[in-house]
Amino acid sequence: MAELVQRVDLIFGEYSDEKYKVLEETLSRSNEDIIKDLLNSGLKGRGGAGFPTAMKWKYAAEQPVKEKYVVCNADEGEPGTFKDREILSKVPRKVFSGMAICAKVIGAKKGFIYLRGEYRFMLPALQVELKEFHVYAKKLKLDFTIEIKMGSGAYICGEESALFESMEGKRGEPRNKPPYPTVSGYLSKPTVINNVETFVNVVVICRIGPVQYRKLGTQDSRGSKVFSVSGDTPKPGIYELELGMPLVRFVEEFGDGDTKAVQVGGASGFCVPMKKFKDTIIGFEGVPTGGSMMIFNSSRSMYNVLHNYLGFFEEESCGQCTPCRVGCQQLKKGIEAVKRGDKPVVYLDQLMKLSETMKITAKCGLGQSVANSFSSIVNNFKEEMIY
Amino acid sequence: MAEKLKLQIDGIDVTVNNGTTILDAARKANIHIPTLCYHEDLCVAGNCRVCVVEVGGSKALVPACAMPASEGMQVRTNTGKVRLARKHIVELLLSEHNADCTKCYKNGNCELQYLASEMLTGDPLYIDLVPEHNYTIDRFNSAIIKDDSKCIRCQRCVRTCEELQSVSALDVAYKGNKMKISTFFENPLFEVVCTNCGQCVLRCPTGALIERNYIDQVWDAIYNPNKHVVVQTAPAVRIALGESLGMAPGKIVTGKMVAALKRLGFDAVLDTDFTADLTIIEEGHELLNRLKRVLVDKDPTVALPMATSCSPGWIKFIEHTFPEYLPNLSSCKSPQQMFGALAKTYYAQKKGIDPKTIVSVSIMPCTAKKFEADRPEMRSSGYKDVDFVLTTRELGIMIRQAGLDFESLPNEHFDSIMGESTGAAVIFGSTGGVMEAALRTAYEVVTGRPVPFEKLNILPVRGTEGEVREASIKIEKTLPAWSFLEGVELKCVVANGLAHAKRVMQSVKDGTANYHFIEIMACPGGCLGGGGQPIPTNPEVRSKRKAAIYEEDMGMPIRKSHENPEIAEIYKEFLGEPLGHKSHELLHTHYTPRKRY
Repeated sequence: MAELVQRVDLIFGEYSDEKYKVLEETLSRSNEDIIKDLLNSGLKGRGGAGFPTAMKWKYAAEQPVKEKYVVCNADEGEPGTFKDREILSKVPRKVFSGMAICAKVIGAKKGFIYLRGEYRFMLPALQVELKEFHVYAKKLKLDFTIEIKMGSGAYICGEESALFESMEGKRGEPRNKPPYPTVSGYLSKPTVINNVETFVNVVVICRIGPVQYRKLGTQDSRGSKVFSVSGDTPKPGIYELELGMPLVRFVEEFGDGDTKAVQVGGASGFCVPMKKFKDTIIGFEGVPTGGSMMIFNSSRSMYNVLHNYLGFFEEESCGQCTPCRVGCQQLKKGIEAVKRGDKPVVYLDQLMKLSETMKITAKCGLGQSVANSFSSIVNNFKEEMIY
Repeated sequence: MAEKLKLQIDGIDVTVNNGTTILDAARKANIHIPTLCYHEDLCVAGNCRVCVVEVGGSKALVPACAMPASEGMQVRTNTGKVRLARKHIVELLLSEHNADCTKCYKNGNCELQYLASEMLTGDPLYIDLVPEHNYTIDRFNSAIIKDDSKCIRCQRCVRTCEELQSVSALDVAYKGNKMKISTFFENPLFEVVCTNCGQCVLRCPTGALIERNYIDQVWDAIYNPNKHVVVQTAPAVRIALGESLGMAPGKIVTGKMVAALKRLGFDAVLDTDFTADLTIIEEGHELLNRLKRVLVDKDPTVALPMATSCSPGWIKFIEHTFPEYLPNLSSCKSPQQMFGALAKTYYAQKKGIDPKTIVSVSIMPCTAKKFEADRPEMRSSGYKDVDFVLTTRELGIMIRQAGLDFESLPNEHFDSIMGESTGAAVIFGSTGGVMEAALRTAYEVVTGRPVPFEKLNILPVRGTEGEVREASIKIEKTLPAWSFLEGVELKCVVANGLAHAKRVMQSVKDGTANYHFIEIMACPGGCLGGGGQPIPTNPEVRSKRKAAIYEEDMGMPIRKSHENPEIAEIYKEFLGEPLGHKSHELLHTHYTPRKRY
């Protein structure tokens, strides 16, 4: 049987960096060289927003400040995402190596892993691995240590500036931007914060080179991506696939034959209905994803799906900015009222406008992205919202 | 020199310093951008999103309060997109807000109400969420009422409490739809570290934080023919009351205020300034006495530095935060409470009025004074010394209720007795004022000469907002009785705002500072920026009030407390001597250590 999707094994397999060889080799290279390679590789952040990693590192490296930090965002909270947990359990050394390379490039001596509160069970194993890493770092004469900070279960703390606030012992609320983390991050010092998978990709690129890496994916979406596949699928789980494939091929591979929609990128992502599977690319040129792929078959009510997401956002908003705090409540109450018949169908248009306002006025990515699932579900499944 | 940059706002070229926000740049160009969570005195929060504007070709809008201007930036503040977004945001706020305006104390002085009218909000755009929220009202406090159903979560109060006052009695609790402003373990305000300073009340844009008003009780007393209602007015009220009645900030309205109070029907209009002078005599002698016991008697039980005790917000703060330093507080009651104790003893005696029938009202720039009057210690006359405390704002409301045209009232004089005062008492209303007044008297007691400063203006101790001011005054050529002070450099420190008070006390605790005398006022700028003063407050308004206070001082015929003839009279006829038996009974008090939690 021909493979419908291109499986890749760069993140987990082949090379587990048993003795931190890639790190050792990379440490002998110049910083400019490493940044050039990252730039050529086309690597974009794997957390979902897709900011070019090379640029982030470059900005931080350019800051004329002595104290800088590297932070690994392991607050994997997006509904339907569970790949960072797998990466950190299976190949933690690649994560540490990626962070250490970043530290070398930007000139940081201290790194942090902000670990999702629910992942506390992974802590002992990670601590053992970290001990090993620090031994190797000493051997390599690398002045860099990594500390793990535990989250406490708030979704908003995955937002980078809220994450810093949380790390500093404050309430997890997003900051105003600018300044961006590369200028003022943890403790208001220049900080590179990347997703777990991004750091591993750096190690991959340092090992196989940008030319080899670029062979995977499309122009806007290079490399591979670890997907968390869930929902109505006979084979839920974690898969590393080439980026930039059409959604239709993904559905043929993972669907149960009755797929009516796929939610790409979790609750904050987009819902793609069947009729658009063919024309939708999974990648930054189409629908970006931090890894979450939720498959829904015809037995599912998309009203219930949306209602569930809105309930999630309503609770997980930090509550500081008006559009997000009140907007989420209004969207949820609004679709309930339309469903009950207390509000006319045209009220959905009013709610669409509200979601657009949230998108352009909310303080952080949380409030800005509620409109993604809201508008894509309401637009594509309007009947289900009403009847 | 800061670097300049040029941007365009609505087609108008604006040149500003690097680092200026879009909001400040727009204000410079006289372009109005609405705000709610923004406040001049506080850090930028950027959380209400009412001030969003369009920048360049960017799809998303940016908050003008938080976004720095950049070279060549194209800002548009009045596009369809901006107006729609702002309207949505105000509508969202209204949907969470108990918009029962006619029942609200802030009706007519509410920033949300103003914005709603500006945006012509008609029928609500969104579903009313108020019934969904289990809002609570904390009305258990004698000074401040907190009504969550009016709260729009702008966090001005949270920032005020933390940044200006370092009290942090209020903070954000919960998240998402349950997010609210609350206290430690959601306890009522009277059970937490709140100092009742009312700075949050000054900055709350809606009616979520208001003073507990006693207007109706005071009217009832006035209308009761069997009651003799005396009213005292604090120094900082006379330079701010005009603002409550439509006048510009910084107008001295002492005479009009007296006229208004007489027309409201008070039986005697007296002056807290009289007891401010009395405070100086008592407190000045207390300081000299402590110095003597330390320097001459080598008494180890005497606490130095001595700190002023006029500001009830400061008193509650030190009770919670530095309870081990309570012996350092002057034992003098505040002028309000001295007045209260004397009104029902000395005044009653002289006027031949049964103290039972006296209702003692005070007009204060302060909300903490309401709490102070309710303290169990404050009943040394045998009755509640001060029955009702009204803020400057409440007096403003009463004057409007009475239909008085305030600006056209003639200037009238305080009644006697306890109506005479000096310039030294007036400056109690500003940071550094108590220090200056005390020095004017203490220096003269010790040396027999006036303080060696031009026109008695001791500029080095005149506090400045937002800083701790240190000064020292060398005592030379003393009178024989005070020879132990010869050559002593009296080290003084003046702080306003509790965040600065905390710094001063911390340095005393750490042993890094060596002061003799500490003046602390809980509110930024001192009482002129008090929590009971007219709203709005900002640095400009406060600096105008400050100028007015010192102008009033300069205009007084007598400017030293010990030269107040009524003061001499009260010691002769009633009190005996400073720190004497009667003084201790009526004018001095003690403090209560409190826990932080």
